[in-house]
Amino acid sequence: MKGVRTVSFENGFKGWRNAARVLLAHKIEPSDLEWQERGKGHSSALLWGNEEIDWPAMAGSSPQLVLNVSRRWLEMAEAVSYHRNPEKWQLLYNLIWRLTYENPKLMDLSIDDQVQAFLSMEHGVRRDAHKAKAFVRFRKIESEEGDIYCAWHEPENPLLRYVAPFFKDRFSVMKWTILTPDESVHWDLKSLHWGPGCAQGQGPQNDSLEELWGCYYKSIFNPARVKIKAMKAEMPRKYWHTMPETRLIEELIFESDQRVEAMIRAAPPSAEAYLPESEDLVSLKTALPGCRACELCAKATQGVFGMGHPNAKLMLVGEQPGEVEDQTGLPFQGPAGQILDEALAEASIDRDTIYLTNAVKAYKHRIEGKRRIHEKPSPREVGTCKAWLKSELKAVRPEVVVCLGLTAALAVLGQSVRLMDVKNKVLEVGDNWKVIVTHHPAHILRIQDPDEKDLAREELETALKLARSLAGMTRNIT
Amino acid sequence: MDIKEKLAILADAAKYDASCASSGSKRPGEKGRLGNTQGTGICHSYTPDGRCISLLKILLTNFCIFDCSYCINRISSDVKRAKFSVDDVVWLTIEFYKRNYIEGLFLSSGVIRSPDHTMEEMIAIAKKLRTEHKFGGYIHLKAVAGASEELVQKAGLWADRLSANIELPKQTDLDQLAPAKTHVQIETAMSSIQEKIVENRADKKTMKKVPLYAPGGQSTQMIVGATPSSDLDILATSSRLYDDYGLKRVYYSAFSPIPKGDPRLPLKQAPLVREHRLYQADWLLRFYGFSYQELLDPASPQLDLQLDPKTSWAVNHRAFFPVDVNKAPREHLLRIPGFGVRTVDKIIKTRTQRSLTLADLSKLKVSIDKARYFITTADHNSSVTLLDDEHLRARLKKTKIIQPTLFELMGVSDGGG
Ligand code: SF4
Ligand code: SF4
Repeated sequence: MKGVRTVSFENGFKGWRNAARVLLAHKIEPSDLEWQERGKGHSSALLWGNEEIDWPAMAGSSPQLVLNVSRRWLEMAEAVSYHRNPEKWQLLYNLIWRLTYENPKLMDLSIDDQVQAFLSMEHGVRRDAHKAKAFVRFRKIESEEGDIYCAWHEPENPLLRYVAPFFKDRFSVMKWTILTPDESVHWDLKSLHWGPGCAQGQGPQNDSLEELWGCYYKSIFNPARVKIKAMKAEMPRKYWHTMPETRLIEELIFESDQRVEAMIRAAPPSAEAYLPESEDLVSLKTALPGCRACELCAKATQGVFGMGHPNAKLMLVGEQPGEVEDQTGLPFQGPAGQILDEALAEASIDRDTIYLTNAVKAYKHRIEGKRRIHEKPSPREVGTCKAWLKSELKAVRPEVVVCLGLTAALAVLGQSVRLMDVKNKVLEVGDNWKVIVTHHPAHILRIQDPDEKDLAREELETALKLARSLAGMTRNIT
Repeated sequence: MDIKEKLAILADAAKYDASCASSGSKRPGEKGRLGNTQGTGICHSYTPDGRCISLLKILLTNFCIFDCSYCINRISSDVKRAKFSVDDVVWLTIEFYKRNYIEGLFLSSGVIRSPDHTMEEMIAIAKKLRTEHKFGGYIHLKAVAGASEELVQKAGLWADRLSANIELPKQTDLDQLAPAKTHVQIETAMSSIQEKIVENRADKKTMKKVPLYAPGGQSTQMIVGATPSSDLDILATSSRLYDDYGLKRVYYSAFSPIPKGDPRLPLKQAPLVREHRLYQADWLLRFYGFSYQELLDPASPQLDLQLDPKTSWAVNHRAFFPVDVNKAPREHLLRIPGFGVRTVDKIIKTRTQRSLTLADLSKLKVSIDKARYFITTADHNSSVTLLDDEHLRARLKKTKIIQPTLFELMGVSDGGG
């Protein structure tokens, strides 16, 4: 027995490959070798005083050898070669030995201990490399020769050379430097330059962009679903100190309960909670005075529910009650109601055969002196009150809905529209009912120019006629 | 309003979108070009909600003319509104990218003026990034609901991935919560994207220089728990979308208590477990050869929250078991609880050389606690006698099963979720 001899090599994986090829060809058994990369730490069980094997000298006399390993295996082996554990060289030689002389399909045998060790080292390095690509954080240094982006990163394994090509490919148009404890590398737009490792704190200490990045990190976090373990599994603590955003984590977790509570508290009211158990028109009308989903009803004389035929084929939706409606408790009674009545008559529609209601059930107004002045309801108020309108729609099930004005259109269509886009069009909402949008009679009242006023009036009539025919209603003979 | 304020508002408004993946697209680095995409995405950071940050995920604006009840940006909500300019977004993307914070941009938006107007502005951003800044990173554009087919197709010239959100499992859900949207409209967008992708991939085979078109494919998102629709409804819809439009992914987003949400919606968020189970079931559909009808039926339309869907299926189909690990075909191995795709492939290779024992299986990281009732191995497996035990379900529930996290399930290869 010759005893264990030391294989000394340099240049990482390439060097190992050259040595392994020679030794393999000479059939030197794995157990007779101790692998030692020059300049690197000693492998655990190094017996000092081992004889060194002069493998470069043996290279000339190598017997013919066909290496029986796949490209894929070599790629994986290269990854393993970046592992911090110096036993990796021994393991690689063991495997290539067995692949060559014992079992060419060894890698299929995932339950083999050496294969498992290989796979787990490979996985470890790949993951670490992936994290390096992900977690390197550049800081910009402005200089006369152009900006340099510099990062300090601490990978688990000395794998800067393994990941540098990635950064070169991605950031070829900018100058950058990556510092790690083992090595450093600089890209000057032409080539990579290697330097020694350095201690933390050598790179730039700040970058004004980090404030925006932190702002993004904070805002994209959803406090309603805190899963700290999942976060730590993918972003282990050991990487945190070089990632500026991680300084915010503690604060975010601490505030999350409060933020969720605030989210829930801030949920706007909806009339949904005030709807009666059974949503028929009579129950709905009876329940309306109880609604306090917003403050409009309380400030008005009363809430005004819809009226008309309970199974109408045609439903008209206005904006909100006005002065007269507020007093009488019935929709479309005042001057606007009159305009509507005229238009209905012109379109040969009997008011008793249709259903009339408003998007918002109360008269929103401000008080100026002794007068109450109409105020347009906000989209939020429309959204709050919408539950009543929806129930009316469900109870009446009309064929056609005419929205008088854009507030009604917002409530019925769930979308803010411009009149010029939808005028004279029949819109479909799901397969429920057809929708026509036209002027609100109160709007017609306010138009000063007589020509424009007539035109708007005509358009309202046309819309009503169209609605009547769509609803399949017969002409009302008066 | 300065850019930081806008970012705070428009990132906050984007956080309900579950997708952040930057995968599926290969755009190698090129001379003079900033950035590349590698096929597998990279997650650059993780927030305490366990989700990854892969892309700068923001809205162009949270102004919106629509009133979708599940959405914080709807017109009737009184949140703070903001709008980025085209240059704001371009600048943020480039600066973040150069510091290696992100893989690229995921741009979505509320609808301003009109769907087409909004879509045009989003396209302008992507175009500017690609042409003026020679940006080679990832770009995911959301197809604005209601935007013209032509514009949606145009977006694919600059984007790596396109997505049109299906939003809710059924049309009736949309009628209720987003009356202005229809599945027909959304699916028209999907199919026109699909058409272009298919055309582009075919051209690539026959011609030399074909421009990339949405190389990362298309995905969609469904909100879970905002309406009473069942898991069966949800998976039926997903299944159809995968089949009809070749989607890369369907994302499920458990309905979160969104600030200023519609009280008609459940305030308590739909349990995250349900979301997790849906992802597991989705996986079974795509990689394990299950059909959704096997997992659920009208008699039991909800996924079991206590058992993962495969184990649950196994308990209900015990006649299928035990499966002989050393002989059964791949499709059968895939149906064993606790067996993942990768494990199955390892088993198939290994068993050509050696018969596997229980101990071998634990070496392969099979969750033995789950699997042992359903398999026979080369050695004696006593647990298999309990296969027909009436308490099997209870036993399986009790085993402290180490569930893979969602992130393990999605794998690094997906660049997050
Ligand atoms: S306006 Fe509508 S929501 Fe407001 S209190 Fe009256 S009925 Fe309720
Ligand atoms: S269109 Fe989009 S942004 Fe607008 S309310 Fe609906 S879901 Fe929200």
